[in-house]
Amino acid sequence: MKPLTVIHSRTACLPFENIDTDRIIPARFLTTTSRAGLGRHAFNDWRYREDGSDNPDFPLNRPEAAGCRILVAGRNFGCGSSREHAPWALLDFGIEAVISSEIADIFRSNALKNGLLTIVVAEDEHRQLLADPGIELVIDIGAGTISRPDGAVIHFDLDRFARHCLLNGVDQLGFLLEAEPEISTWEQQHATHSTSMESAT
Amino acid sequence: MSARTIIDKIWDAHVVRAETADTPGILYVDLHLIHEVTTPQAFSELHARGLKVRCPQRVLATLDHSTPTSPPDADGKRHYVSAEAESQVARLEQNCREFGIALNGWDSDHRGIVHVIGPELGATQPGMTIVCGDSHTATHGAFGALAFGIGTTEVGHVLATQCLLQRKPKTMAIHVEGRLRPGVGAKDLILHIIGRIGVGGGTGHVIEYRGSAIEALSMEQRMTVCNMSIEAGARAGLIAPDQTTFDWLKGRPRAPRGAAWDSAVEAWRQLRSDRDAVYDAEFHFDAGSIGPTISYGTHPGMVTPIAAQIPAPRNAQESKALAYMQFDGGQALTGQKVDVVFVGSCTNSRLSDLREAAAVLRGRQVAASVRMLIVPGSVLIKREAEAEGLDRVFRDAGAEWREAGCSMCIGMNGDIARPGQLVVSTSNRNFEGRQGPGVRTVLASPRVAAAAAVAGTIVDPDTIEERAA
Ligand code: SF4
Repeated sequence: MKPLTVIHSRTACLPFENIDTDRIIPARFLTTTSRAGLGRHAFNDWRYREDGSDNPDFPLNRPEAAGCRILVAGRNFGCGSSREHAPWALLDFGIEAVISSEIADIFRSNALKNGLLTIVVAEDEHRQLLADPGIELVIDIGAGTISRPDGAVIHFDLDRFARHCLLNGVDQLGFLLEAEPEISTWEQQHATHSTSMESAT
Repeated sequence: MSARTIIDKIWDAHVVRAETADTPGILYVDLHLIHEVTTPQAFSELHARGLKVRCPQRVLATLDHSTPTSPPDADGKRHYVSAEAESQVARLEQNCREFGIALNGWDSDHRGIVHVIGPELGATQPGMTIVCGDSHTATHGAFGALAFGIGTTEVGHVLATQCLLQRKPKTMAIHVEGRLRPGVGAKDLILHIIGRIGVGGGTGHVIEYRGSAIEALSMEQRMTVCNMSIEAGARAGLIAPDQTTFDWLKGRPRAPRGAAWDSAVEAWRQLRSDRDAVYDAEFHFDAGSIGPTISYGTHPGMVTPIAAQIPAPRNAQESKALAYMQFDGGQALTGQKVDVVFVGSCTNSRLSDLREAAAVLRGRQVAASVRMLIVPGSVLIKREAEAEGLDRVFRDAGAEWREAGCSMCIGMNGDIARPGQLVVSTSNRNFEGRQGPGVRTVLASPRVAAAAAVAGTIVDPDTIEERAA
């Protein structure tokens, strides 16, 4: 994972609540065994018309949304399925940060593990951002700030470990693997725990 | 020690390293369920780093999402929806061979939906931490386990280390007192609950369902309730284990035996939440006030009693949902023409669900305009249903009796409806396009679904039973 410190981009907005991961990437594209190339299907059934052409009404298809790396979305973004294909698709599509007033747990966890920043802001700040698509924002991950063009600054909270991993491109599996001695000790101390599993047929 | 909830107790018992402000805790995982869709990239990661699977005996693998539900040809050839789906299944078969994981594959009696086979094998046990790259892992909470969905990167973490990096979630108690009315089941109850607390209401929480109405539920019904916890935004939902749980588990292939069984039960009895335990949030419901409940919108929080009118949209979101569903506020749901009925999924594909559907279908016909698919949750359930003659009831009624799998719940295997069709489904998600592009989904219990198949329209099952009587 490459380090991510500052994101400077215009915003694209999807002002809909409860955008589920089936919306972000429909299930029929999950038969892949790789993580590459899913951006083509990001928001597939919104983005394309039945004949495969671009749907001009979809906000991210508008010319002014091209190249935007910050997505502002309605409340409870990423609800539903745990598919990590959702953040993979968004990243491959070019999104580096998602801002909402509420972001579903599993999506957020998946996103942060892949270097896709998720930011939860207060309702009124959220409303303002949604009402103003295309504004230029600067997100400073270290400082935990979003700077608006009018000079206003929104502060956001981010789990400290997630922040550390984003800023330094830390690989969390490596972190866990280093805990191997502790895991082994724990297993020995809880040996009875596993008896029923070991008698598995 | 201060009073603890069952959630605290299970959590505390699995902490390998405690969390700090700077780092999440390390949580040990007792049972890891895997299937073909959310694992290939995790195994690739292990490959790339030259890692082994740390505890293959703690991994339970099966094939369910991309698998065809039509029977194979005489020569054994299976009709996959695409070469990609077939190679995804082949990839899991290969990964299991290579990493030493026993696979409940095509030749196993226990192949089936991952959340159906875990309990069926007795692999799901009280007090365990259970994870799967699938959000409906909460199903296993019915046994008093802390069970939740994870992403593919985390699947790799668990394969390699048997652990996860986690921060402790908040706790929520949902109390349901009283008795469910006759003909009202677990699906009605959980749809009603989600309608009340909302699809984001449980975010950040693990739910404990409790109260006299919950204690009165069978294990199958408890699984239906816990299964849909994620639909309220909660990562997990569970029910304290009791005699119902122990009776159900005893003698299952992976359940402890003999003296080990007795000591396990003794330990499991200690899991109940302490009397004075405090939850971060609480909700109260009266079971007796709930009737047959179905969804009318495009998320599982948009629900209504079946006999009620479709609520008028309160905002632009709801208007958009109703437009997609081709419904109008104030309209009755009963009488809406139905094209497809699906009985199946990890929510409602167990033997009791099939019996519930069969009770409605026995001696009746599926309406000529309706296609009805009945998909058992596992190979074993299929056999058990056939031993009882349920397959005959379904076939005689004109329904399709299929092979086990996820099928139309997610439509990855090609079992989908056509754009604009209305599906009454016993599954858990009515998202736009979940059962095929443009398909409209109404979530319901097996009883309501079977009644709709017979009537050809959404119908209150109470009225259809009266008609026959
Ligand atoms: S039946 Fe549906 S919800 Fe359950 S595991 Fe399969 S796809 Fe997921």
